[in-house]
Amino acid sequence: MSMLSDLLEEGRLAAQHRPWPRIDVDASVWRVAAERLGAGQLTLLGLWGEPLRVHMALLDEAAGEIAVLSIDASSGRFPAISPFHPPAIRLERAIKDLFGLEPEAAMDRRPWLDHGRWGVAAPLGQAVALSVSPAPYAFLPAEGESLHQVPVGPVHAGIIEPGHFRFSASGETVVRLEERLGYVHKGIEGLMRGADLERAAKLAGRTSGDSAVAYGLAFARAIEAALGIEAPARAIWLRALMAELERLANHFGDIGAICNDASFSLMHAHCGVLRERALRAASAAFGHRLMRDCIVPGGVAVDLSPPGIVAIEALLREAQQRFPGLIELYDNTASLQDRTVGSGVLRPDLAAQYGAGGYVGRASGRSFDARRRPGYAPYPDLDFTVPMRSDGDVNARVWIRIREVEQSLGLIAQILKRLPGGPIRTALPQAPGSCEGMALCEGFRGDILVWLRLDGEGKIERCHLRDPSWFQWPLLEAAIEGNIVADFPLCNKSFNCSYSGHDL
Amino acid sequence: MRKLLFESLIQAPLTEKAPAIDDAALAELGAAFERVVRRRLGRSLSIRQVDAGSCNGCELEINALSNAFYDLERFGLRFVASPRHADVLLVTGPVTQNMREALDRTYRATPDPKWVVAVGDCARDGGVFAGSYAVAGGVGAVVPVDLHIPGCPPSPVQILQGLLALLAPERATTKA
Repeated sequence: MSMLSDLLEEGRLAAQHRPWPRIDVDASVWRVAAERLGAGQLTLLGLWGEPLRVHMALLDEAAGEIAVLSIDASSGRFPAISPFHPPAIRLERAIKDLFGLEPEAAMDRRPWLDHGRWGVAAPLGQAVALSVSPAPYAFLPAEGESLHQVPVGPVHAGIIEPGHFRFSASGETVVRLEERLGYVHKGIEGLMRGADLERAAKLAGRTSGDSAVAYGLAFARAIEAALGIEAPARAIWLRALMAELERLANHFGDIGAICNDASFSLMHAHCGVLRERALRAASAAFGHRLMRDCIVPGGVAVDLSPPGIVAIEALLREAQQRFPGLIELYDNTASLQDRTVGSGVLRPDLAAQYGAGGYVGRASGRSFDARRRPGYAPYPDLDFTVPMRSDGDVNARVWIRIREVEQSLGLIAQILKRLPGGPIRTALPQAPGSCEGMALCEGFRGDILVWLRLDGEGKIERCHLRDPSWFQWPLLEAAIEGNIVADFPLCNKSFNCSYSGHDL
Repeated sequence: MRKLLFESLIQAPLTEKAPAIDDAALAELGAAFERVVRRRLGRSLSIRQVDAGSCNGCELEINALSNAFYDLERFGLRFVASPRHADVLLVTGPVTQNMREALDRTYRATPDPKWVVAVGDCARDGGVFAGSYAVAGGVGAVVPVDLHIPGCPPSPVQILQGLLALLAPERATTKA
């Protein structure tokens, strides 16, 4: 018996929730699930609120099963998961900030997204108006002789997103890093309420700009699941083509940028050329460099034209010709390897505990890839491997990206060869009353979860978007411990977590 | 590595010709800009980028300005690490309530004379995020803006066209 299926018999099954089951449970079942998370028998995929309820998405990796448990929180409280399973800490803090629901016996009661500047408390719950009162944030203590603190951010030195890092260092060595995020919180889930599908898809596609395709895909698949429809075959294949182009462009950019943070600008320059080629191919094929708003519920907004095919084929040729030389350059430059090998090691047990997705998980022994499992079309019909390592350092995260670039090049070639014809978009049916849908899609950074409920009029009642960064940011704190402060940019870039996707 | 470096020597550069300057940007900047910029700064500008709440799409394209195709530094434009070294603040995103103070303090840390360039549709009026409890509005809601570069995100060419307008003030006067 799997770790999820017996739980499913302990609650009331939601009638209109697809594709995986959702059940309303009581506190005792909720607690059993928390204990199983703590014991490593289940993986936490998400934890999010509604005004009167809290939901928890769970994955049984061994059985490949997914389910959502929901608990009533109309009393304004819900049993915290964090005492059993620390990865839930920030998610609980976010629920408290957004909905005002109190996680009972939570490990950390400090606010997270709410910096005291919104002029409203619990904006998605009771929305109590408040005066703006930014309170000082209590960072966790680091005690010992001759420790000093280095505050960094929210405005950073490079062209990157804002966030605050508080280092406690002994000399050069980092003793503790604590992140403070939430600076780019835009209230996307608040804007989603009552939005029509066109506007909601635009918002979803702007959750994290580098993952415009992956978010568009996850949102569209969640809508289609809720409505019980499928996009046409050609649209499904075009979506995969866009997703792999996005992965390619981001990985090229990341590989170069990581090397640049180790002061090796030659790799940066050459990878930057390949990234630009990928973006131009995307623009030629789909009319937008980041392929923003190209995926819509029901299909795709633009078809691939013959000049687009030529552009993508030229990209494949150039990448296949140039990339091997860059891999060799990376592998044979001792001064660069000296920086990346052995820095920022993430232990496999932590990656497994946090259910870290993407290259962060795959460089530390967790092979999960949503394209494989739960899997979605057209990937079961395509030939690709999911690379994995267990050394968990910056070098391993670079190599996972390198191998994934190779896989994506192969996937794009296969898709172009086998792209089916036919329509690219199907009309959406009228929503059959209130219905719920969910999707788990693999972006370049890891698995993105979208959960939503449509009201009877086809508008969004509630939409939750969970970025892979939620389970990667906390691990960066662990990976940097014992490294020198000067290696932080390098380690941070190798994780490349999204600020905007996390802060929402 | 030597092979790669040698190849770069014998190959034609990838860098493309400068795009035409954006007329709308020139009109927005006006003549007052010319007198100060030319006198104080010559033809070189140091830019400090500030993400005040963007989705990171604009950052991707601003980063692309430094790649071999656009090569921003050939125009005398360069990104600097501190607002204290900057002439121009390049601000993206709707300004979130949580970034409002940081943006304001960055602005005040930038020495005069200074200019603010707002990049992207969100930076104009909050874009798709306008109206949220967590969003203060466009960049102009917090600091005075001298130039807008629209787009979601604007392509590197569009950003370059806008920035080059900062360096071509004599054409602004002939227009005005």
